[in-house]
Amino acid sequence: MRAQSRLGLFLLLTPLLLWLTLLIVIPHIDMLLVSLRERVGVGEYRTSLANYLTFLTEPLYLWTFLRTALMSVLATALTLLIAFPVSYYIAKIAKGRVQSALFLLCLVPFWVSELVRTFGWMILLRETGVFSGLLQWAGLVDGPVEMLYNDVAMMVGLVYTSMLFMVVPLVTTLESLDDSVIEAGYDLGGSGPSILREIVIPHAMPGIVSGCIVVFMLSLGNYLTPTMLGGKESLWFTELIYSQFIVRFNWELGAAFGFMLLLLSSVIVWAVLRLTGQTLEKTMG
Amino acid sequence: MIPSIRQPRAVRLAYNAYVALFFVYLALPLAVVSVFAFNDSQFPSLPWEGFTWAWFFGDARPVIGVFHERPILRAIGTSAFVGLCVSLLSVAVGTCNAFLFNRHRFRLRGLLYVLMLLPLVIPGIVLGISILVFSSTLANGVEDGMGWDIEALRPGLVLVVLGQFSFITTIATLVISARLRKFDESLEEAALNLGAGRLTAVRTVTLPFLAPAMIGAFVVAFLMSFENFNTTLMLVGSDAPLTITMFDRLKEGSTPVLNAVSLLLMIGSSLLALGMIAFQKKS
Amino acid sequence: MLPDLECANLTKTFDATAAVRDVSFAVPPGAFFSILGPSGCGKTTIMRMIAGFLEPSGGDILIRGKSVLNVPPNRRPVNMVFQHLALFPMMTIAENIGYGLRRAGMPKPEIERKVGEALERIGLPGIGNRKVDELSGGQKQRVAIARCMVLEPDVLLLDEPLGALDLKLREHMKIELKKLQSAFNTTFVYITHDQSEALVMSDQIAVMNHGRFEQLGTARELYYRPETAFVAGFVGEANRWRGKVERVNGDALELRTETGIVMKGARHGRALNPGDSAEIFVRPEAIRVARDEREVAHFENRICGTVTSLLFNGAASRILVRDDGNGAEIEVAIPQSGDYATLSRGASIHIGWSGDQANCFPAGSA
Repeated sequence: MRAQSRLGLFLLLTPLLLWLTLLIVIPHIDMLLVSLRERVGVGEYRTSLANYLTFLTEPLYLWTFLRTALMSVLATALTLLIAFPVSYYIAKIAKGRVQSALFLLCLVPFWVSELVRTFGWMILLRETGVFSGLLQWAGLVDGPVEMLYNDVAMMVGLVYTSMLFMVVPLVTTLESLDDSVIEAGYDLGGSGPSILREIVIPHAMPGIVSGCIVVFMLSLGNYLTPTMLGGKESLWFTELIYSQFIVRFNWELGAAFGFMLLLLSSVIVWAVLRLTGQTLEKTMG
Repeated sequence: MIPSIRQPRAVRLAYNAYVALFFVYLALPLAVVSVFAFNDSQFPSLPWEGFTWAWFFGDARPVIGVFHERPILRAIGTSAFVGLCVSLLSVAVGTCNAFLFNRHRFRLRGLLYVLMLLPLVIPGIVLGISILVFSSTLANGVEDGMGWDIEALRPGLVLVVLGQFSFITTIATLVISARLRKFDESLEEAALNLGAGRLTAVRTVTLPFLAPAMIGAFVVAFLMSFENFNTTLMLVGSDAPLTITMFDRLKEGSTPVLNAVSLLLMIGSSLLALGMIAFQKKS
Repeated sequence: MLPDLECANLTKTFDATAAVRDVSFAVPPGAFFSILGPSGCGKTTIMRMIAGFLEPSGGDILIRGKSVLNVPPNRRPVNMVFQHLALFPMMTIAENIGYGLRRAGMPKPEIERKVGEALERIGLPGIGNRKVDELSGGQKQRVAIARCMVLEPDVLLLDEPLGALDLKLREHMKIELKKLQSAFNTTFVYITHDQSEALVMSDQIAVMNHGRFEQLGTARELYYRPETAFVAGFVGEANRWRGKVERVNGDALELRTETGIVMKGARHGRALNPGDSAEIFVRPEAIRVARDEREVAHFENRICGTVTSLLFNGAASRILVRDDGNGAEIEVAIPQSGDYATLSRGASIHIGWSGDQANCFPAGSA
């Protein structure tokens, strides 16, 4: 029996270990090693921090890095603000069939590719697009208006794209809050805002944290939305990685960029988890 | 705040209006994409030139519909193939992982669990480049050492499948684990008690119980693979899946044939998802 | 004296079905008032209307003489202990108890003092910093009550708070609740479907069925003098027959049951005439058992039968006796004095009860 159990454990461990070591751990270590390599001649390399120095000394790289981080934080905050009331509505106010219908409606846009969603926003926002047409038709503007290729358009797209990943965890945690706990708050003299602050939000914290982490990750790692909706000046860090790898074929610098992105996301995720007293297992598992 | 607490009418109305507005925001981009698939014009934009089915069925230049666009049809085929491979692999490994983490206590279990979750918090593009870097290190090593050029390790469908598999497996594991956790282990003990062997018990009792979650994970994995962009972008070779093909078209500025593809995608994935939900409700 | 809580013609309808119909009652200060009824009888609806979570369709709710219909739940001078207690899991015990005081804007040191006092009072001093899920079921119960009591409400509502506890603890908490009520000297309104909870703790009990109060009275009144067949069947246990009235003599009746037994009963002022069908209720504990027929000779109703089952349950042990004449089975309580410890199945036995103990009601009233 024991031997059989050990054999079972071994058989189950094998795919997990293969997956994690070959596709996650070793590739990242290799990427780190490549990023620490400096090209000194044809096929000749030496270990140095040159790529990271380039990253730190070139204002465009550093600036894009910081901008991407800040814009991602902003996109996350906006997504949370927009999604919270809607999630609360779905979880606590809508009942029965309406509730499941609304929840399903929230999921629909995300069964289609991000590309299609971005395409939709392009049709809406561009010079010959729907909004511009509507404004002209209403007589509010004289000529076509270009609403694409700026930070606002990009932000709209980022928030849209990651909405689902905020709504689902929020609805799940809010649903688990018993109505009678809210009623008890009122019964003991609480008002709407105080109950929100002291009861609803603390209860929803695991959902808020996991939603924020996922949305932040998705925004930070997004390539499509900034490329298609953002302006020519407003580079996104992933665009730099792409251009180093695919266009310039400077893998060493690209790997350094990739590693910086990974570091940034890990630090922020870790900090958020620490600040809110959550763990990765609790919020993601 | 909840129905049993009375709120002023104005507050209720404003709240309802906000939620309605939110759903308009969600629906708008998809609605315009669908509508312009039927615009009889070379561009997916205003003005409206009249209704047409040509972007689906047109077969002569300049209006070639989806069903006559070879590159797009081929890309759909590629995406479906990649999706099937990724779903099969990730559900298989995800099921093993679910059993491992639910049934076994071993050293490093906590560490491995966290490691298993990590792909969720690694940006897709970083996953892509790390696999790209490692596979080419490997390929170069093999080529230098033994003189073999292993095609599978160069950007292409194999790497795309592996790249998507690397994070979709985490999701499959979580979906299947959630259901396995609800499984009453005494059912398995009852099967053993009634004369089944260990593996037979799992096959005849536990796996049927897990089936809805496995099918759910399969569908989710397929949809995620089908619409994946970031990881695929870094690993793609000459056979491009649909999202990459569409992206290249979109950059050039395209005809409403893209709207038609998008509409078909929406219908396809909605049907798939609704079918899955109906199936899970039934069981 | 002004009642603490008064409900006048309270009515609630949900889409054409009436959950509460025209209920009126008054609870004097310091009383322990229970509403007892099966699930779905409307008792929770009444409680939620008093707390302010449901709006009555008609009637009025007065607390200390003032209507509270237009007072939102967070301003009403009533507090509620919820069915599953609804302690705030995100707060410590002290924060839970101090929640209402913070809402009332009380200064911090005073809140601390009051919370300390409350903890002392419920016999759990020094647990203020613990988390809710570190407490046992009984401790949570007490914290939930303390959380309300620090606000000194005019009325404390309790919605089946013992339902989730196991039997032993429930028995203990019944006594505990009664003690807490007299310690705080507050009016309690308690709803339950468990008759023993209501009987043990209450000063007054309203038995509720189908949205109406069937009877309002003390535990004794409900037990010994049920006014309706529903109350007779719901409170305590009873052997139940259907029969026809054959003769009426003042309060005393003579009836013939459907199984053919001729029986004496009492109508206690209810309208029953010869020829009416009636329901007859006799409590197992009102029936005397004897080995010798002479011991039960003075009862108006006597049966000679055979013991078919022994239902041992400690103090509440019963036997089933089959009437040798017509085969009807009757449940009888056996005294635990030891006389019947050797009773076995198949033994011959005599039972008897007085006509006064057989409550008769017009049939079809429940």
